[in-house]
Amino acid sequence: MDGMSPVEAPTTTPSTGVATAVEPSSGRAPSVEPSSGAAPTPSVEPSSGAAPTPSGEASSSAAPTLPPRGAVRLPRPAPRGPISTALLAALSRSPGAVDLGPLRAAVAARLTDPTDWRTDEDVQLALLCLYELHYRGIAGVDDDWEWDPDLLAVRAALEVPFEAELRRTVPVPECDRRDRTGVAERLFALTAAADGPSLSRHVARKTTEPQLRELLVHRSIYQLKEADPHTWAIPRLAGGPKAALVEIQADEYGDGDPHRMHAELFALVMRAFGLDDTYGAYVDHVPAATLASLNAMSLFGLHRRLRGAIVGHLAAFEMTSSLPNRLYGNGVRRLGHDDVAATWYFDEHVAADAVHEQIAGRDLAGALAEQEPELVDDILFGAACCLALDGAAAARMMQAWDADGTSLLRPLP
Amino acid sequence: MTDHGRTTDGHPSTPPRPGSIVACPDGPLLVRGDVEVLDADGRPVDKGRRTVALCRCGGSSIKPWCDGTHKVNGFSSST
Ligand code: FES
Repeated sequence: MDGMSPVEAPTTTPSTGVATAVEPSSGRAPSVEPSSGAAPTPSVEPSSGAAPTPSGEASSSAAPTLPPRGAVRLPRPAPRGPISTALLAALSRSPGAVDLGPLRAAVAARLTDPTDWRTDEDVQLALLCLYELHYRGIAGVDDDWEWDPDLLAVRAALEVPFEAELRRTVPVPECDRRDRTGVAERLFALTAAADGPSLSRHVARKTTEPQLRELLVHRSIYQLKEADPHTWAIPRLAGGPKAALVEIQADEYGDGDPHRMHAELFALVMRAFGLDDTYGAYVDHVPAATLASLNAMSLFGLHRRLRGAIVGHLAAFEMTSSLPNRLYGNGVRRLGHDDVAATWYFDEHVAADAVHEQIAGRDLAGALAEQEPELVDDILFGAACCLALDGAAAARMMQAWDADGTSLLRPLP
Repeated sequence: MTDHGRTTDGHPSTPPRPGSIVACPDGPLLVRGDVEVLDADGRPVDKGRRTVALCRCGGSSIKPWCDGTHKVNGFSSST
């Protein structure tokens, strides 16, 4: 193992009592917190020593934990074209104090040919930033931008061609039986036919250490906020489908234990591979094809109208997770990273997502199809989008590797 | 809260979710609620999560849990 592995203390860290705002130690720490009135809270180290393990935990083996972290904003990304340049310039000021005319003009110019939205670096980065205002925020950006009506209009202008392109390029899978079981079976069949594990097979067999680090960087854009886009759907559902989504998401969030949140387990992997696990640290490295996967989740999650699509997306995501994660874990071990920090995330997903896919298929997507039959096409559309976008991002990655190149926009340090 | 109907200060709490097992078509047994999983010697197995999936295809590499292998080994739950 390299020297970057996290603290391998036994789980004597209490699972509570460390909820203190701590700025990241990385050099890319956000600069200003404009609309936060509170003085920064001093950092608190978790008390080592005699804290009890959570009751009923049989396995107090060497489960690694990360230092406590606070609410970290997305580092301000580098612009990639006229739209993101105008957007980031506007966001550096306060809403109301800025003329959005240059931003609207840049968007209007791009809208004269609204094609190739999924692979447009400028458009996808702009969408990522606009959605990020609803998640953790962006370093140095006033939170009041989140509900600025003029900025929301700009987001809508970028979203309409994005959704239109998805609807044009990703056909809605046919589904004869539209009851609970029929929809669940269709989703399982769709994901089984998607040949998803080709990237994971590659990782299991022959990916090099630098390529695996690249894969982690791509994945970090979503995985460090794993589950968040689908959580938007919870208040939009009712009854059985809502309960099913909560059952899945609670597990994603470590059942309330911050050290077991899947996003935290992913951070452990990044550190095991000597990568910066700060939220959004690599946003400038990641190409549009990868950003588009996350942006589609945000699009589906943030529009009530698209609740069927976000549910279908989650179902497909869970159904294409167990088997690939076993292969990813094999690849990680093949490269000599066999400590818990490097492998826990993958092993956890093998078991967890074998549960989640069953819940997502019948209790979530299937039950929603019966409750709101008009959503069936969108459920299937969301699932197909998950497969298409993740497939495109993976294909781009593997093409770059086949040509002995990098799949990132800039080399890793 | 405790698992047995009383909070630590003795007040009644929400009873634990009753145990249930769902036989998933062509897949695992989904186990929810107040169910202990024991090994062959009667020792409790750490479930690791509230709801677990028990392999019934025989092909899982993480038994007793399901790892999704039933999707690629032709397992059928209908006879
Ligand atoms: S039932 Fe899923 S692996 Fe056996």
